[in-house]
Amino acid sequence: MTTIEITRRALARDPEGFLVDSGEWTPEIAVEIAQESGIAELTPRHWQVVEFMRERYLETGTAPSIRSLGKESGVPIKELYQLFPKGPAKLAAKIGGIPKPRGCI
Amino acid sequence: MTELLERIDIEHEAIAEPLTKVAIVVSKGSLEGIYPALILANGARMEGIEADLFFTFFGLDAIRKDRQAKIRVATVGNPGMHIPTLVGVIPGMSWLATKMMAGKMDELDIPPIGEFLELIHDSGGGIYACHASVEMFDLEPDDFVPQVDGILTVGEFYERSAGAQVVFT
Repeated sequence: MTTIEITRRALARDPEGFLVDSGEWTPEIAVEIAQESGIAELTPRHWQVVEFMRERYLETGTAPSIRSLGKESGVPIKELYQLFPKGPAKLAAKIGGIPKPRGCI
Repeated sequence: MTELLERIDIEHEAIAEPLTKVAIVVSKGSLEGIYPALILANGARMEGIEADLFFTFFGLDAIRKDRQAKIRVATVGNPGMHIPTLVGVIPGMSWLATKMMAGKMDELDIPPIGEFLELIHDSGGGIYACHASVEMFDLEPDDFVPQVDGILTVGEFYERSAGAQVVFT
């Protein structure tokens, strides 16, 4: 019988808690960052936003604005703020393991 | 070196509490009078900070159904535009300058005023008209876009703004 040992390792994060290397991200890490940010459970709607943010970042090199998040993620603005009350773009980026969005919109 | 690091730590502790609430007063009806306030309000919501917009005097144009689409950048009396005043007065100059800026803003994903107010409203930001200005311009609640949450007296504005930083633009 073979066993898999999953070891917890320390991940480098910036002072605000964003992962330094987006390549180190796993869904398990997402769950943990969400909990520490006050989101007890990541629902499928949360995941939809987190995955959209992450995919868009990996494709284009920048995180989408809140405007395009509301228009293109399939989750409207009102619901985005219900899912991530402390700021949807910022929190979804943190949970998705990508850098904090730098845009003003 | 250790000493230096310790001193930096102490400075960090002295940093004030983070902002939790802002109330932004918009008194001007030009493009450059309105957009900074909208960007500040939306930016606050993006950071999880509560935000209210209070439109007064010509700032009301931003939330008036009949004026919202006619907001222009000032080409006269606006040294920042670097257009000679006599050129700025030529009919259509303000329209042209606004059109050029609108193109650039769209590129940067900055929405037109109507959509921007909708975004702020849906983000949970409050949008209010000033009672005194509404009376002064003989306006009715029906004159405003649907995102407006209400018409407030100055007293009600201060009451709502308890604990907020008030920003005047």
